[in-house]
Amino acid sequence: MIDHTDTANPQNAVPQQPEARKHTMDILASATANELSSAWENWEPKPNVDPVRGPETGLVMVRGNIGGGGAPFNLGEATVTRATVKLSNGKIGHGYALGTDRTKVQQAAIFDALWQDENTRMDVEERLVQPVAERIRTDDARKQDEVAATKVDFFTMVRGED
Amino acid sequence: MYVAVKGGETAINNAHRLLADRRRGDRSVPAMHLEQIVEQLGLAVDRIMSEGSLYDCELAALAFKQARGDMIEAIFLLRAYRTTLPRFGYSNPVDTNRMHIERRISATYKDLPGGQLLGPTFDYTHRLLDPALMGSQDVETPVTKQAAEQSTPRVSQLLTQEGLIESDGDLPDDHQTGDLTREPMEFPMARDVRLQALSRGDEGFLLALGYSTQRGFGRSHPFVGEIRIGEVDVEIDIPELGFAINLGRIRVTECQMVTQFQGSAKSPPQFTRGYGLVFGQSERKAMAMSLVDRSLRARELGEDLTAPAQDEEFVISHADNVQATGFVEHLKLPHYVDFQAELDLVRRMRSEFEAAQERDGNAGEDLEAAE
Repeated sequence: MIDHTDTANPQNAVPQQPEARKHTMDILASATANELSSAWENWEPKPNVDPVRGPETGLVMVRGNIGGGGAPFNLGEATVTRATVKLSNGKIGHGYALGTDRTKVQQAAIFDALWQDENTRMDVEERLVQPVAERIRTDDARKQDEVAATKVDFFTMVRGED
Repeated sequence: MYVAVKGGETAINNAHRLLADRRRGDRSVPAMHLEQIVEQLGLAVDRIMSEGSLYDCELAALAFKQARGDMIEAIFLLRAYRTTLPRFGYSNPVDTNRMHIERRISATYKDLPGGQLLGPTFDYTHRLLDPALMGSQDVETPVTKQAAEQSTPRVSQLLTQEGLIESDGDLPDDHQTGDLTREPMEFPMARDVRLQALSRGDEGFLLALGYSTQRGFGRSHPFVGEIRIGEVDVEIDIPELGFAINLGRIRVTECQMVTQFQGSAKSPPQFTRGYGLVFGQSERKAMAMSLVDRSLRARELGEDLTAPAQDEEFVISHADNVQATGFVEHLKLPHYVDFQAELDLVRRMRSEFEAAQERDGNAGEDLEAAE
């Protein structure tokens, strides 16, 4: 698949790492508005940001599988907001997230673009992606442990001597 | 002659202003924030999202507040809102096997991988009103316990190993997934469209129909194979990137209903399945949906069609509470002209009836006189 991101500025091209980029974009989509806005407020120097598309809110039809693993069916829609930006470093970033928060998604798109630039990638990782990933891991682990405490331990009542 | 009638504009404006006042209620009571509704009335929010067929907690909370707690009005508001937005695409099917589980129970197997996880349930409460909730006292934090590093496979996968239960529902390879928000309904329906209709159907209607199948109107001998509630990732393919990204998580409830089946000319004796999947935490709805899904498969499985819950057109045509409320509630709108026409008609029929009675009565008297 052609990656349009770097066709705009080939001399700035970094080796493509779709899995790492997917991981980053997944984390950015799950970041809270506070996490993104405080990372952006503390980001210096700020690049120039040209909006290419959006931010705009629309719908995604969420699908399920019949019986859990059979043929797909349409379950219902969810609100999704997306944004595409171009930075002064030439990188084009995309942001997507459930919900209607346009500021948050615009900032996610900016950080996606900053992540693609080798000069700023480590900073994006350290200041935003890793802490958010860690926060999600901690939240999930806590919730999992809370649910685990409601697990039923069955025991058998022994009746009689034999 | 048709005479257009106008009027009522001031009355309507004032009525809406009165509505806003009554919605706000006593000004000395603090107004509700949407966060409070999302956090503290979450199951109401879930129902609005499920039947509004739009997952967005904040908008559902807004609809709930705007509708003064009227569920169907709130669902209507959410449905109306969605028509204003463009469709970006279809997600990949959510994988309930990889759910972040908040509750998972099975009524068919006591010991199963992953165990019985009760989660935040009303089950086993005594249904006594709790005066402590009249105040706003602190609530204890949940107990935690180190979770086992164990996968929690769907119960349906355990049952298939013996070959006594049918597999997950497949449709022909060339089947295009139907979408009732895009295409008009046609009967008979494929199971995918039926499930879409059921998932956004009215909880009360589906509950009543599911109940009717238990009481003998289309018996199905159901067992809850599994109910699981939790969050699943919503992934969508992004063409300009060439890979799928995760947009975030939504909470869903899944119910696998297992029903004994004696076999028919079309199928051998086995366990058949009904499937329920709904937005939010709503196991009553997911269970009702799975019961109705199973009963609507009667024709496919070669069963006798004897009960309302087996009648696809009846069930699906009346499951949508926004459509239903629209048609029922339109009766209160002005029907002055219609009614005048009917009034004329009834007057005419009445006078004809009376004239006929008089004629017959006279004829009777004449007859008696003749005798």
